Amino acid sequence: MTGTEPERSPIISLRGITKVFGTGATAFRALKGVDLDIAAGDFVAVMGPSGSGKSTMMNILGCLDVSTSGEFLFHGHHVESLDRDQRALLRRRYLGFVFQGFNLLARTSALENVELPLLYRGDPKQDRRKEAMAALDKVGLADWAGHTPGELSGGQQQRVAIARAIVTNPEVLLADEPTGNLDSQRSVEIMEFLSALNRDSGITVLMVTHEPDMAEYARRIVHFKDGLIDRIEQGNGAHTGAHTGAGVTG
Amino acid sequence: MLGTIFLLALRSIRRHMLRSLLTMLGIVIGVGAVVSMVTLGKATTAAVTQQIAALGTNILQVRPGQGFGRGGGGPSPRDFDPSDIVAIRQQVGGVMAVAPQASSSGTAIYEGANWSTTINGTTSDYFKIQPWPLQEGRLFNEDEESAGKSVCIIGSTVSTNLFRNADPIGKRFRIGDVSCDVIGLLTTKGQAGFGGDQDDIVIMPIKTVQRRFLGSTSIRTILVGVDDDYSSEQVQQTLTRLLRERRHVTEGKDDDFNIFDTKQISDTLTQTTTMLTQIVAAVAAISLVVGGIGIMNIMLVSVTERTREIGIRLAIGAVANEVLLQFLVEAVVLSCLGGVIGLLLAQVVVGIATPLMDLPWIFDPAVNLGAFAVSAAIGVIFGYFPAQRAASLNPIDALRHE
Repeated sequence: MTGTEPERSPIISLRGITKVFGTGATAFRALKGVDLDIAAGDFVAVMGPSGSGKSTMMNILGCLDVSTSGEFLFHGHHVESLDRDQRALLRRRYLGFVFQGFNLLARTSALENVELPLLYRGDPKQDRRKEAMAALDKVGLADWAGHTPGELSGGQQQRVAIARAIVTNPEVLLADEPTGNLDSQRSVEIMEFLSALNRDSGITVLMVTHEPDMAEYARRIVHFKDGLIDRIEQGNGAHTGAHTGAGVTG
Repeated sequence: MLGTIFLLALRSIRRHMLRSLLTMLGIVIGVGAVVSMVTLGKATTAAVTQQIAALGTNILQVRPGQGFGRGGGGPSPRDFDPSDIVAIRQQVGGVMAVAPQASSSGTAIYEGANWSTTINGTTSDYFKIQPWPLQEGRLFNEDEESAGKSVCIIGSTVSTNLFRNADPIGKRFRIGDVSCDVIGLLTTKGQAGFGGDQDDIVIMPIKTVQRRFLGSTSIRTILVGVDDDYSSEQVQQTLTRLLRERRHVTEGKDDDFNIFDTKQISDTLTQTTTMLTQIVAAVAAISLVVGGIGIMNIMLVSVTERTREIGIRLAIGAVANEVLLQFLVEAVVLSCLGGVIGLLLAQVVVGIATPLMDLPWIFDPAVNLGAFAVSAAIGVIFGYFPAQRAASLNPIDALRHE
């Protein structure tokens, strides 16, 4: 299966990725050899029943976990050979995360939450404020900068989380069931925002979801089953944007 | 980066205000206890030293008999006589002055006012040994001393009770059967360290007291002032040898007199109070350690409670050391803040306690700085383990933590 345009060097390239939890008789093979290429600007939805390996896959892609074997190239660099702190720096520089449970710091204003990645990046205070406000503005919450998560609705909290994820201008946004805790109207809002982000800013989006409606926003839908990629479909997103999805090998 | 870590730590402390205050409490009490105890101990030592100094330093007080009593059984040791004074003056080196003392008591009467007081018979040398400035008037002259004239120098308590506010100099009052002219008024010394009013006294030439009150030439007490260049131990040895000889104490027998060295007493008392201070401080220091364990305890709970927060920080790209430092800085900031509050608390305690205990107010920078340094160190030592634990969390597990 190939994309609509000629091959470019993919931003993410997986070859024979396996992941085994535990050892001996109790060992569980969560991933059994996954090959996948993701080009810059792609929007990939990962689907599959629980236990199919999709979450494990996302953790490895997010550099939060390491594979047991196989190659993971990010911009052509071997991620599997990086140590813990190097992976942290890679996340800080290139990746943004959006979680199902929002995962904002409690009792902390939206602005300070969004500021957090910039703090770790070591930006000076002035820039931090400005960039954090700009990110909040992008998600339409500039007026809510001083509010703590407890004072925001679920949809607003997820938008703050997205602002936190994009404030560093990451190349890849990883979203783990971003609409899992939201009603359908908020879900649509979030998905439209994510696809706009992908379309307009060219951010590569990787998203795990179990809702087919949400997966349709993606350019490609990767189905997992029993630790392997079962099949790859085109989503509706493939028809709307100028960017392209890359082919899958293997 | 450290600035960022500090900012993060301060924000986190602010977010958990109540818990932070409770965490600090142990250190506050620990530091407060150590500093106030040590300071009060030092104040006590200073007060004791001051009171000893009021007795006069480098003075040997010689009395017949052993210890403070006359000793049990046997004939009571005889008093000293004037020839002993001459012998000491001539034969003991390093002696600045020798003053015999003979005391009595009597009721002083002046124009209807009467006051029961102590009479101390001595010589002008007494004032050399134990400096006690006159407020007005003069000391005895040689003629008055050798002739045993009825002149006296009075303490301020006697003056107040007998003469009210009038100037006592030149007045004549009766004490016992003796009429006596006031030639000097002493400055107020205040309460003695061991009870008793030092200003309640009438000082007369020793001959007058011996002749008119005691009817003998015996001397109960000899004060020996030691020259500053000589050690009191050395003078005490020579003095002992001389007195044993003069009083025919045979070899191997105990002295039938005792020499009381104010310097020795002062050293002993200072040692005792210092030791007591150290013991109390040690007890207080235990509470400081308990405070440190309290910090560790709450930091550990805090790490567990904030597992998800740590997961978020790790996920968005904090390296392990940044998480470690944040928790460490939180612990150190808490313990240092606790230390500062503890120091302030100690100042309040000392400020209230010293006037109540009649002690001088003292501020010892070394004790305060030391206690603060210890509180900071406690933050580092007891904060490290929880911080280490936070930093070693796996981001995926931490994010999943409920």
